[in-house]
Amino acid sequence: MDGYFGSYLVVALLAGLGVAVVGGAFTAGRLLRAQRPTPEKLITYECGVDPVGEGWAQSYVRYYVFAYLYVVFAVDAVFLFPWATVFAAPGYGAVTLVEMFVFLGIIAVGLLYAWKKGVLTWV
Amino acid sequence: MTPADVVFLFLGAVTLGSAVLVVTTRQLVHAALWLVVTFGALAASYLLLTAEFVAWVQVLIYVGAVVVLLLFGIMLTRAPIGRSEGLDSANRPVAIAVAAATAALLVTVVVAGFREAYVELGDPPAGTSGQMGASIFRTWVLPFEVLSLLLLAALIGAIVLSRREIQPPGESSDERPTERPTGPGRG
Repeated sequence: MDGYFGSYLVVALLAGLGVAVVGGAFTAGRLLRAQRPTPEKLITYECGVDPVGEGWAQSYVRYYVFAYLYVVFAVDAVFLFPWATVFAAPGYGAVTLVEMFVFLGIIAVGLLYAWKKGVLTWV
Repeated sequence: MTPADVVFLFLGAVTLGSAVLVVTTRQLVHAALWLVVTFGALAASYLLLTAEFVAWVQVLIYVGAVVVLLLFGIMLTRAPIGRSEGLDSANRPVAIAVAAATAALLVTVVVAGFREAYVELGDPPAGTSGQMGASIFRTWVLPFEVLSLLLLAALIGAIVLSRREIQPPGESSDERPTERPTGPGRG
């Protein structure tokens, strides 16, 4: 279990073990439980009252911008990882630090714009 | 064939199969969920090629963010989401031809470009975040900074496009009922 492939083999085995535990628990539950469905039992549970309408509802389009902001800042954050591993190494130093803050500063302008336009207030 | 080759072929089959299911399923939400399988298998293929950083970026950005964005798009534009028969268009043969031609072009380019090239995979892995950091901040600093401008443009563009919807009701004169789909079903 050494080396690159060995260490990821451990990750894969652990993931498989997790799937097996959850799947085994559900299968055991299915085999052991009593099963007497009635129409009332098959209704979707909604805090004790009978559900009204369809399960699929349309959301407000304003929430799309939050998902979009999440994508932009996920892309932004991904670049912090390679930067964090090298900026303290010999040969990088202050220039690399400044380069990352220029990158973050340019995106912060967008955040400032979003804040000014009232995008960040929860409606 | 080494065990890694076998796993790689298996992952390729999973990627291809789930990608075909993305475009053939009649349930839009299922298409987005099959896309998770496609991206996940692709990420595992990157891991096998020891491109560790790219693999986890694939998981974070594509499986995490892009699929969430797609699901949001479906939730926002499709009022009753379910089995929809209108997803097929008459362009199916043309689309298959274009997809096959694109794949043939890409395979030809890769084979022609890297025919003799051979990379020894394994230890030490070639694509850790440390090595990515070294190549970004030694060689590719300018593209990296230009990327921030691209992200800024995307951010401002999204805000400009959706600004009318974000104002509190009653503030703008052309307030539209937000319950209405904002476009012909995308996603």
